[in-house]
Amino acid sequence: MANTMLRRPDVQTVPISFTLNGKLQELDVEPHELLLDVIRERLGLTGVKRSCDVQVCGACTLLVDGRPVSACTTLAFEVRERSVLTIEGLADDGKLHPLQEAFIEHGGFQCGFCTPGMILASKALLDENPDPTEDELKHFMHGNICRCTGYKKIIESIMAAAQKMSSTAR
Amino acid sequence: MLRRFRLEEPQSVGEISELLGRFGDSAKLYAGGTELLLAMKEGLVHYERLVNVKGIEGLNEVKQHNGAIYIGALCTHHQLETSPVLKQNLPALVKLEENVANVRVRQVGTLGGNLCFAEPHADPGTLLIALEASLTAEKSNGKREIPAESFFVDAYETALEVDEVLTTIAVPIPAKPSGVCYMKFGYLERPSVGVAVVVNLNADRSVVDDIKIAVGCAGPAPMRVPEAEALLKGKSLDEATRNIVQAGETSGRASQAISDLHGAQDYKEHIVGVLLKRAFHSALSQ
Repeated sequence: MANTMLRRPDVQTVPISFTLNGKLQELDVEPHELLLDVIRERLGLTGVKRSCDVQVCGACTLLVDGRPVSACTTLAFEVRERSVLTIEGLADDGKLHPLQEAFIEHGGFQCGFCTPGMILASKALLDENPDPTEDELKHFMHGNICRCTGYKKIIESIMAAAQKMSSTAR
Repeated sequence: MLRRFRLEEPQSVGEISELLGRFGDSAKLYAGGTELLLAMKEGLVHYERLVNVKGIEGLNEVKQHNGAIYIGALCTHHQLETSPVLKQNLPALVKLEENVANVRVRQVGTLGGNLCFAEPHADPGTLLIALEASLTAEKSNGKREIPAESFFVDAYETALEVDEVLTTIAVPIPAKPSGVCYMKFGYLERPSVGVAVVVNLNADRSVVDDIKIAVGCAGPAPMRVPEAEALLKGKSLDEATRNIVQAGETSGRASQAISDLHGAQDYKEHIVGVLLKRAFHSALSQ
């Protein structure tokens, strides 16, 4: 139904096609529609969270062409011809990503609200820097906020995933 | 919630200028959107039209030419923090860019947008003033150069005319031996005080041949502080080092610091002095 939503004829729409978790999506969006609302409300993927709504907390982090962006402050039309990854698309055919496994093994979350953003941001980090120092990790991740005060475990989880991923790659 | 607006997607600077001229205050130029969309979501501003400029070619490159770096206004903070040309020639700007907001803002926010939005709590303008950068403003029938120093008029207000588009930021590469340093202090991601110093020494590093000082964030707009520069320029390194505290007090008073959630006026003025001293010594040690 999402694609056939009724709209006033005088309302401008932008036809966009993009890849969402590896699958082609084609839909019409209005210029003011936010990526967060399109992904959550129209496409039904609720892993991405609305929280601060001002690009400070990182709960709405998505990867666009592999780089982290705040879906809460991204106009949906901006992802046309691009590739979007949400937490729902991270596992490979049911097998969890090493970052997901590491967050479970090392207790990298409590309530879980920040976790999709944490894991996607750290994926972007490890994709560009597979062996980060703890300082590099903190610098990259400082814009992702956890209110359960779980940073120590989160850092441990990401470092463990980095080690695992680089030893597998070798 | 964002209210509806119409999207315009011009393909040339001339077209942008024409749209801005035609629709005036009811249209706004849109690049990264990292600041504009926040203000629109809050309902603080509303525009009937956003003019998306990201389709304009050639405005997202960093080039070196004749002793200057030319930065396209659409370069994102992420592009600048990873630019090999900047790393080689203006490491102080790279360091500044690495510390703008957070990784997601740097991914989409542009240098041109940052300057044009003229939010007082922003970093780049202050350093660009001290570096004596020049900003190119274009419109349908011509272009002009605006010194960074006179670009910022007030909070959220620049010297751009309604139909002018910022296209390029030209930064002269400081002559050696020189040092460049930007330091900021702030609560969470918004800087509350920023200080930039560009110092040129004579060949045996005993005299301050030239110095530029700029302060930002504390007041409505970043600014150069010539009266503080005068306390240090042409002085021996020893005398300049003795005068730096006075230059800091002068800069603090000149900063037009205002009391707000980021700190009280006298507190910010004091921080200006502390940062100036640190930035001066850091620049000297380069």
